[in-house]
Parts: sequence; structure tokens; C-alpha cells
Amino acid sequence: MRRIISVLLENEAGALSRVAGLFSARGYNIQSLTVAPTEDPSLSRMTIVTSGTDNIIEQITKQLNKLVDVVKLIDLTEGQHIERELMLVKVTATGGAQREEVKRLIDIFRGRIIDVTDSTYTLELTGNGDKVDAFIEALGQMEIIEVVRSGVSGIGRGKRALSV
Amino acid sequence: MQLTGADIVVRCLQDEGIDFIFGYPGGAALHIYDALYKQDKVKHILVRHEQGATHAADGYARATGKPGVVLVTSGPGVTNTVTGIATAYMDSVPMVVLTAQVPSHLIGDDAFQEVDTVGITRPCVKHNFLVSDVTKLAETMKKAFYIAASGRPGPVVVDIPKDITANLAEYSYPEIVDMRSYQPRTRGHSKQIARGIDLLVNAKKPIIYTGGGVVLGDAEGPLRKLVNMLGFPSTSTLMGLGAIPASNPYFLGMLGMHGTYEANMAMHDCDVMFAIGARFDDRVTGELSKFSPNARILQIDIDPSSIGKNVSAEVPIVGDCGVVIEQMLEQLEPRVKEIDRAAVDKWWEQVNKWKAIDSLAYKTNKDTIVPQLVVEQVHRITEGKAYVASDVGQHQMWAAQYYGFEEPRRWINSGGLGTMGFGLPAALGVQLAFPDETVVCITGDASIQMCIQELSTCLQYGLPVKVINLNNQYMGMVRQWQEFFYDRRYSHSYMDALPDFVKLTESYGHVGMRVDKPEELEATLEQAFAMKDRLVFVDVITDQTVNVYPMIAGGKGHHEMELAPGQAEVQERELA
Repeated sequence: MRRIISVLLENEAGALSRVAGLFSARGYNIQSLTVAPTEDPSLSRMTIVTSGTDNIIEQITKQLNKLVDVVKLIDLTEGQHIERELMLVKVTATGGAQREEVKRLIDIFRGRIIDVTDSTYTLELTGNGDKVDAFIEALGQMEIIEVVRSGVSGIGRGKRALSV
Repeated sequence: MQLTGADIVVRCLQDEGIDFIFGYPGGAALHIYDALYKQDKVKHILVRHEQGATHAADGYARATGKPGVVLVTSGPGVTNTVTGIATAYMDSVPMVVLTAQVPSHLIGDDAFQEVDTVGITRPCVKHNFLVSDVTKLAETMKKAFYIAASGRPGPVVVDIPKDITANLAEYSYPEIVDMRSYQPRTRGHSKQIARGIDLLVNAKKPIIYTGGGVVLGDAEGPLRKLVNMLGFPSTSTLMGLGAIPASNPYFLGMLGMHGTYEANMAMHDCDVMFAIGARFDDRVTGELSKFSPNARILQIDIDPSSIGKNVSAEVPIVGDCGVVIEQMLEQLEPRVKEIDRAAVDKWWEQVNKWKAIDSLAYKTNKDTIVPQLVVEQVHRITEGKAYVASDVGQHQMWAAQYYGFEEPRRWINSGGLGTMGFGLPAALGVQLAFPDETVVCITGDASIQMCIQELSTCLQYGLPVKVINLNNQYMGMVRQWQEFFYDRRYSHSYMDALPDFVKLTESYGHVGMRVDKPEELEATLEQAFAMKDRLVFVDVITDQTVNVYPMIAGGKGHHEMELAPGQAEVQERELA
């Protein structure tokens, strides 16, 4: 089952490699991983999307907690939560009809065109994983030049929070 | 007053109360070595290879419970320690490894003797640090010792660039460490403890299964009370031997691949299993799908990730083994009378039938020395009180099976990683810690050659270790598996061109002896152990064909143990 684990860890050199190393050493699946400092510069927040049986997920959270740099973590998927992913897509856009079609699609998905040349559009789209996937699919026949995805970030709904 | 980083390192060691460090100098470490030279509180033990330094520090730590300390130079100095660090990590041994690094401005430039120490050691340390500022050096050292020795212990590496050891800073050694990200739990949850006691008092076929955690946690006091109070059959892993005395009537001996028949059968048939500081290692459980099918499991461990990793526990208790057992004893005492003694007595009847098979029985002969007898003789001569270090292989299993440890921290072996070459340097570390005790290294002709250079260190520091080399001219355990599972194709397990160990030992300045006749074994060993102040290497030429029994083969469960040839008839008779 797909899980989103949020981790607060010391903003120390090498902390990221400890987490990445743990996943590869123990053979855990990792779908995406994002990390950046929080409002408190001594802390980084990491969002890991992974999957596995309940036993494996339990081991993943225990092993993460065991890392000396990890301060706290939660499994966001255990409760209500919001997840977002940012995607940047560059597509070929030549000729009036094609350019119109791209504009219409990105409008439907509530994204934006952020850069334009005479032959390309660069698009920005934010949403949960499904929405971002669906947009790629919707582009269908369009010629995609490149796709950049940020990986998932997540936060708990309501008062549920991960903080020290 | 300002001190150099090198002086700070040494002051930290002094203030931490470290008496010995094990190391080997080199370019990047020279400032620290100079600081060591100027003082005599911390005694540096010069090994002959950095792997030896880590094993010696490891042996010292296992025997004393205090962290072992290693100091090496950058590059190859570090890579040579990796085996020793991984060995300590697998067995949760507290150790601090100080590694010198090339100067900060050269890091990343492929400088002479540069390796990414933090990167190379990361998967096999509890934690590691790269010191980037001399003002943080003392605090980092304090954290290293705190992390290494607290919670589930383990090795911590502190990588110190050479320029940091020359820079100046005010010195003050922190008294305490408070890390928001690292707060090991020691006390168990009282509701869980109550649930655990419910399980125990309602058990009909209980077993207590202890591991290395009871030794690491110095839990033998409360553990022995618990075992005696419950009166349940009890067994231990390789790593936990001695916490329950081998002579305790409730103790069934070691369990696992080469454990006793009664211990393994009782594990398989039990209805309640009380696991204490044991991690359900594959060498202990046998085939997991066949593991203790009816057991309800109560498990204490200080490391939450050890609970439910291989086998799930109905009642998990996170905490220090000794502390949790103390908590349990309070609640248990008034409830002991609830135990169904009739059922437990009946269970003992069954266990005693398994015990009567005497699965460790072995045959001697007139012509060759059998290795089990050697271990029993060593036990007799040392009155079971020696510190016994071993290497890895058949001799390790025989030492575990036949020495009969009465106290914890006496049995020093690499259980998790299974590191050949561990024994001699580990014994050296133990002997330094306990100069007046008898320290034995039970080894084999293959293992001993992996760190034999440490004989030289033993001479330099006058360490009278007794090395008992069970020499069958094979990598015995490899040979045994090739006999059983590879149709006797002894691929590269024969130790051709062995050195003359007696001459080798003599050239290192020690006493060498050889014995190959059974009738001379006892006298030779007596003579060796009588030389209290000399290292004696006894090359015991043993029977080449003896295998370690009993044995659980790969893919088999505890109840499918194989007994030594000839024992099957005894089994039939006793179980009839």
C-alpha cells in the first residue's frame, strides 16, 4: 500500500544520505523523496512516498526513528491529509490549433503557462499525484519535451501537525 | 586557556575516563599522536593492523561494558577498521572510533590517503560525525560516547580533519548531552508489563529465550531472579551465554542452529515465549515458517525495530532489559502463585525427556584428539572462570557448547557478523582490561591467520593470552557444509601449506606447544595454563572429520534438528 511518511530531521550534512542509505540497504521501496529546511533552519522536513505491507511500513518507521538525526515522523496516510506535487512540463506548441489545445488543457487542470517561445510552452501544474498523472495522460498526442516533478509534499488536515 | 584540537581530543578521552585506546598512527593523525605523547593518563596500545585495533577495543568493551576506543589515520587506516566496526555494529558493542581525515580544504580532492570515511562507515555505525569546526570538537566527542554507550549500544565514528587538530579553541567538556533527536527509552510501559505477566502466569508450556541484550544491559541480576521465580525452561542465544549460569537447573543450553535438542524442541512446542533482548536472528529461528507455531510471544527489547522484525510479538515492551525485568518482578511476585504448576511440571517432564537424549554427547578415540574434549579440558583447568574469546567456525560453536559459561561478559565472540580474525585481538583487549584473569582465545588454523600479527602486540604489552588452536587443517565449518550439502566436494576449504605454528609463535617471542596425542592433551594444556605470565600458543592437532552437532539444516525448523550419528537410537529409546 502507498504511504506518505513525513520526517523532521536535524538539518545536518549527510542527514539525507542516511535516509537514502537506509532505504537502499534494507531494500525498501522509495517512490519519491523531497527535502528542504523548515522555518526553523536547524530542521529539515522530508516527505517520503513509499509502499509495502503493514509489516514493512512498521519497520520503515522504526528504522527511520532509529536514525540519530531523525527528530520525529508521522505516517500521513494514517489520517486525513493533503498532498501536493509540483510539475513543470515543456511541450512542443507550434501552429494555432495546437497552441490553443494546450492552453485549453492547462486551463481545465487549473495550471499555468509560465514560459512561451514560438515553438514551445512551459506549463506549471500543482496537485496530488493522481491529478498530475492525469494531466500527463491528457496531453496524449502532444509532444512532451521534458517533465520535471517535485515529488510529493504532504501535510495533515485540521489540527494534526508534525512539529517539535 | 586555548588548546589545539589534538589536545582537546586527548583531554576529552581523559575526562571520559578512558584508560586504553587502540590505534595505529599515520600522517593525518600525527597531531593527535603528538598530544598523546605528552601525557600518560590515556594509554595507547599500538596494534599491528587497524582491524586488530577495532577487535581489541571491541573485546575490551564486551568484557568491561565500557566503550572501546580506536584511533586511526585517514584512508587505508579507516578502510582497515571497517570489518571491526561492522562486527561491533552487528553485536551492538559500544565503541568510539576516532579517524583522522585529510585537511578540510583537501576534502573531496582525492587527496593522499583520503577516503569518504563518513560515507564508507555509514551503513555499519550507530552514528558518525565529520567535525567541521574545532569549537564543536569537545561537544561532538561527548555526543559520540553518549550515543555509543546508551540505548542499544553501537560503534560511533568521529572523523577529524588534520587542520581541526591544529586549530585552537577553549576547552570545556560538557557534563551532559541533550539531543532532541536521540532519547532512548529505558523503562517499560506498565500496562504492557501487566499484559505480559498475564501471558506468563497462564502459560502451560512456557520458555524464556534470552539474547545478547541481557549481557549488554547487565541484566543478569534481575534475570536470574526472574528465571528462578518462574521456574520455566530457559535458553539463550550464542550472544547471551553466561547471563543465566550454565549450571542453573532451569537452563537448557544454547538454542539455534547448533543449540541443544531440548532447547530447540522446547522453543518449537512452547505455548508462551518470553524473548528478552533477543532479535530472532535466522541462525536462531531456523525456517521462519516453521518457527514455534503455537507460541504467544512476549518480547522485551530496547530497540523498537528489533520487535516484530522477523517474528511478531503479541506483547511488545520497549525498554532496557534489566530495568523492565525489575519492573516485572514487582508485579510478578504477588502473582507467581497463579502459575499452573501442574501444567508446567508436565511440560518439564517432556523437556527432561528431550534432555535425556544428551544431544551434546560425543565420542573420543585413542588415536586422535577430538575438539570437544579440548574445550572441556580448558573448562576444567580454568575452573570455568576464564574469559574465552573465539574466532568463527566450528571451534566457536564447540566453545559455546562445551565451555559452560557461569557469568556474562566472559564469552567474547563475533556472533552477528561472524568475523574470522576476531579472536586474538579481542582476547588482547580483554587481557588488558583484566590483567590478572585467565584469558583464552579458542581459535582454528584458518581464523587465527587472519589477525595473527597481533601476537606482536601481545608481546609488546606483556599480555599472557592462552591461544588454543584447534588445528584440523581445514576451514572446518566450510568443510562440514561441503560434506553435508555439496557431496563432499571440498572446494578450497583445505588449509594447505600451514605454517609451523610453534615456530611462528616462538619467532614472535612467545611460547609455542604442539600436541597431537590424546594421552598428552591434558598435560600439555596444564603446562600451558601454568605459565601465568607468558602467552602460550597451543597448536592442538585435532581429528579432521569431526562435525558440529546437533544441527538445524537450512530450511528446517527447530523440531527437525539432526543429531550426531548414533544419537538417533538414543532419541528413539528416550522418547519411546
